[in-house]
Amino acid sequence: MEINDKLIKKLAYLAKLEFDDEAKEAIKKDLEQMIGFVEKINELDTENVEPLIHMSEEVNRFRKDKVEKLIEVEDALKNAPLKNEEYILVPKVIRK
Amino acid sequence: MSIYDKYEVIIGLEVHVQLLTASKLFAPDSAAFGAKPNENTSFITLGHPGTLPCLNEKAVEYAVKMGLALNCPIRAYNYFDRKNYFYPDLPKGYQISQDKKPICGAGFLEIEVGEETKKIRIHHIHMEEDAGKSLHDQSEKYSMIDLNRAGVPLLEIVTEPDMRSAEEASIFLNSIRQLIQYLEVSDGNMEEGSLRCDCNISVRLKGTEPFNNRAEIKNMNSVRFVRKAVEYEFKRQIDLLESGGEMKQETRGFDANRGVTLPQREKEMAHDYRYFPEPDLAPLHLSKAYLEEIRQAMPALPHELRQKFTKEYALSAYDAGILTETKEMAAYFETVVAHCPHAKMVANFMINTVKAYLNDQNISIQEAHIPPQKLAKLIDLVVNDKVNRQAAQKKLFPQFAKDPQQDPEKLAQTLGLVMEKDDNFVLEIIEKVLNQHPDKVKAYKSGKKNLFGMFMGQIMRASGGKIDPKAGKKLLEEKLKE
Amino acid sequence: MKKYTKLTEVQADLKANLLTCQALVKAYLSNIEAKKSLNAFLEVYEEEALEKARLLDEKIQKGENLGRLGGLIIGIKDVLCHKDHKVGAASNMLEGFESLFSATVIEKLLKEDAIIIGRLNCDEFAMGSTNEYSSKGPVLNAYDETKVSGGSSGGSAVAVQADLCLAALGSDTGGSVRQPASFCDVVGFKPTYGRISRHGLIAYASSFDQIGILAHSVEDTALILEVIAGGDNFDSTTSCVDVPAFTEKLQKDEKPIYKFAYFKEALENEGLDSEIRSKIEERLKGLALAGHEVEAVDFPIMEYMVPAYYVMTCAEASSNLSRYDGIHYAYRHQEAKDLQNVYTQTRTNGFGKEVKRRIMLGTFVLSAGFYDAYYTKAQKVRRLVSDETQKLLEKYDFIVSPTTPTTAIGLGELINQDPVTMYLADIYTVQANLVGMPAMSLPLFQHSNGMPFGLQLLANKFEEEKLLRVGLELMK
Repeated sequence: MEINDKLIKKLAYLAKLEFDDEAKEAIKKDLEQMIGFVEKINELDTENVEPLIHMSEEVNRFRKDKVEKLIEVEDALKNAPLKNEEYILVPKVIRK
Repeated sequence: MSIYDKYEVIIGLEVHVQLLTASKLFAPDSAAFGAKPNENTSFITLGHPGTLPCLNEKAVEYAVKMGLALNCPIRAYNYFDRKNYFYPDLPKGYQISQDKKPICGAGFLEIEVGEETKKIRIHHIHMEEDAGKSLHDQSEKYSMIDLNRAGVPLLEIVTEPDMRSAEEASIFLNSIRQLIQYLEVSDGNMEEGSLRCDCNISVRLKGTEPFNNRAEIKNMNSVRFVRKAVEYEFKRQIDLLESGGEMKQETRGFDANRGVTLPQREKEMAHDYRYFPEPDLAPLHLSKAYLEEIRQAMPALPHELRQKFTKEYALSAYDAGILTETKEMAAYFETVVAHCPHAKMVANFMINTVKAYLNDQNISIQEAHIPPQKLAKLIDLVVNDKVNRQAAQKKLFPQFAKDPQQDPEKLAQTLGLVMEKDDNFVLEIIEKVLNQHPDKVKAYKSGKKNLFGMFMGQIMRASGGKIDPKAGKKLLEEKLKE
Repeated sequence: MKKYTKLTEVQADLKANLLTCQALVKAYLSNIEAKKSLNAFLEVYEEEALEKARLLDEKIQKGENLGRLGGLIIGIKDVLCHKDHKVGAASNMLEGFESLFSATVIEKLLKEDAIIIGRLNCDEFAMGSTNEYSSKGPVLNAYDETKVSGGSSGGSAVAVQADLCLAALGSDTGGSVRQPASFCDVVGFKPTYGRISRHGLIAYASSFDQIGILAHSVEDTALILEVIAGGDNFDSTTSCVDVPAFTEKLQKDEKPIYKFAYFKEALENEGLDSEIRSKIEERLKGLALAGHEVEAVDFPIMEYMVPAYYVMTCAEASSNLSRYDGIHYAYRHQEAKDLQNVYTQTRTNGFGKEVKRRIMLGTFVLSAGFYDAYYTKAQKVRRLVSDETQKLLEKYDFIVSPTTPTTAIGLGELINQDPVTMYLADIYTVQANLVGMPAMSLPLFQHSNGMPFGLQLLANKFEEEKLLRVGLELMK
């Protein structure tokens, strides 16, 4: 499995991470190793095996449709990095 | 024939229906509209570390109802998936949705397009949580995030690309809106955003098979805008193709002010949502008993009522359509008919007089608080020839509506609208009128039969509407034979 | 103050007025201070713990009964939310963040009068096997400060090892409670998946994570498990199965005969230290001599467990960590000028190296074109391992193995090598998380190099009672 710059760029874009040249070389190497390692599972014959999707045996775990106010507005905004009285603030998508 | 006539438009819709549950899909915060910013949130909605989703049972019930109403098979075993992407109004960095096993499979909705019935196929229906809101125009530097809407339950209804005109698309949307209001799963209010849709629009030369690339117009919140967008896109895409351009699959937004669609910012790389099964939620195994219980509790649907009204009450399709516009109207109509079993008369009265009143007052039938039994009594007066129809519609009902607790018969008497049954009274008036127009009488007798109507009009006016027109006609005819 | 290894000892001394809760807390606080260099604690709740102790002492004086955990001084891993307290997953990403709610397990502990003495160091977001990936520095092994504590619940293990508290809660996704327990000479316990609520546990890999217990004794493990286990409406993956009265059951005088299975492949593993191998084999012989059945079985798919584990946990982690985006709470990179930069600069600076590696791998295995080959394939391997393990545990009571292939390695040894070398050391522990079954590491051995190592037992789902019983027997 070839880990090239294009793949790194795409994965970094999806994961919202950035790698400078040095870090890019390092992550390329690491990923090559890690992917090479996990690729091993392809040796196993899993024809007719159903993927295991849910770990718990539970089904139909429902919550009643009842409103519960767990926190106040002040709490909601408390941990926000930047805010005003009502909203969380975020720099615009593109800064002109 | 213009170049546009060579093409047809292909439309598919993804309709988002916000469900009318009290709490959110995966958290117990209120799902109500209109609260102060960030008031309806919790640590779960905010996606704080260590929080987990918990599924609202009502949302599942509503999804099943919707699926049954759209003739979809309900997937007994279904589960949720994560749709991963980053956006400020998406606190967890993923949306919990359904990708591989949505709750409802392929179904259809039949719509009336003019005289014809057309089947619009539904691809599937799935449940998902809504995102919060970002406000971009409040500040120059910053966008403002309000997470009240984040986590509100949505049903996404995805159609096949079966619609072939802006009209079909708008009829479909209106039919969906009517359906969700009948089912009481949503208030279907497009202005408030509880009903929105994405339109997928492409064009192709008539008579050809393969679909061309489409434009996806996102977040339409009015049927009128959908029409405009379709009309605009139809022309734009044809112009593009005809001038040698290539139609690429793209996402566009609709500019309501200018009535045009605009390309959204080009992304260097396409979205890869990396769907995988949501490990924090147990799957659903909906039993036959559970589904049957919901099916039993389903209300009669618009098309079922329309059929009933045309068959049982012998109403026209058009009239049936109007009377089933809302569930409340249909139920009201049936209650009135139960007390006054002259469906056609009741229909006529409701469609012409009552509805005009409701439109005028800008209220719904429920808000008018007119006891159906009393209205039935009023209409009965007409049926029994106690009050003539015109008088009932123009004079009696308006007065009655002012205080609908009144007894309509007493009111009619007070207003002097009860028709005179005494033939002599009628003959007196007939004679008076005829004596006023001797030349016209002569003209009638010598062949001008259309003057009959004029005489009738005069007689009715002179009587103050107190004459039964049927009786009056008969007597006039006889008198004119003399 | 003497070193306590059982809560019953503490409670007896409290009752006999030989000890007060305040004295107990003061003693642990002074141990914590003395052993500061181990870097086990990120935050010590000195005032709070003393105040709670004072209230409990008042209760005792009035002749009132304390809760079941009265006298228990416990530490919690920095992945457990505690209302109005900082929680950080040992990451710069959550620096300064205060939780708005308490984890269900925390509420249960407090209800039974446990005293939480502080928040414990761990690998960042529970990703690591040596506690060297913490943004707050590594945790040192109390027996040899040149060696690692193990991870990711390194602080939890060392805190108990070094007598800084009586027990600790950690989290176990691939062995993160059992492995440090093995390195630090304490009992490490992971329950059945769904036995303990994850509400308030900072998620790493949702279908693998479980809160685990570190203690000196099986008795304390059983008691704490009994208190914190149970279904929870906040966590849809919890089981509604009854929680047995573990403590009561352990008090029964029983001498059961068990069937133990061990994998040939496990003991023949290249990476297994030969002394560990021989000591374990010796112990197994001892079990057979004591009348138990001990059999070697083939488990040819053993070598696929760790790769499948990493595919799935990294995938789930890449999604679970998307919420750390600098937007709604916690760290946001201040120089970021537009939205994309808020994301990338926050996450690039806020996350450490190992976290970023796993997010990248996770993103890869979920991405279009690779999902089927990696993620779906791993889910199938998981199914195979589950079915095979299930079959075995219908025949046998336990699967027994070493907990770790080596004793605690030296600081700096693994961290500068390629990531895969570290992953391979998880060979014995990941099975329990892949299949969702309970497992425990018992501090039964000492290596000639002076460091401890554990014996691991794996039981079938919801058979914690059996596991605790055999643990009790083996510890005698």
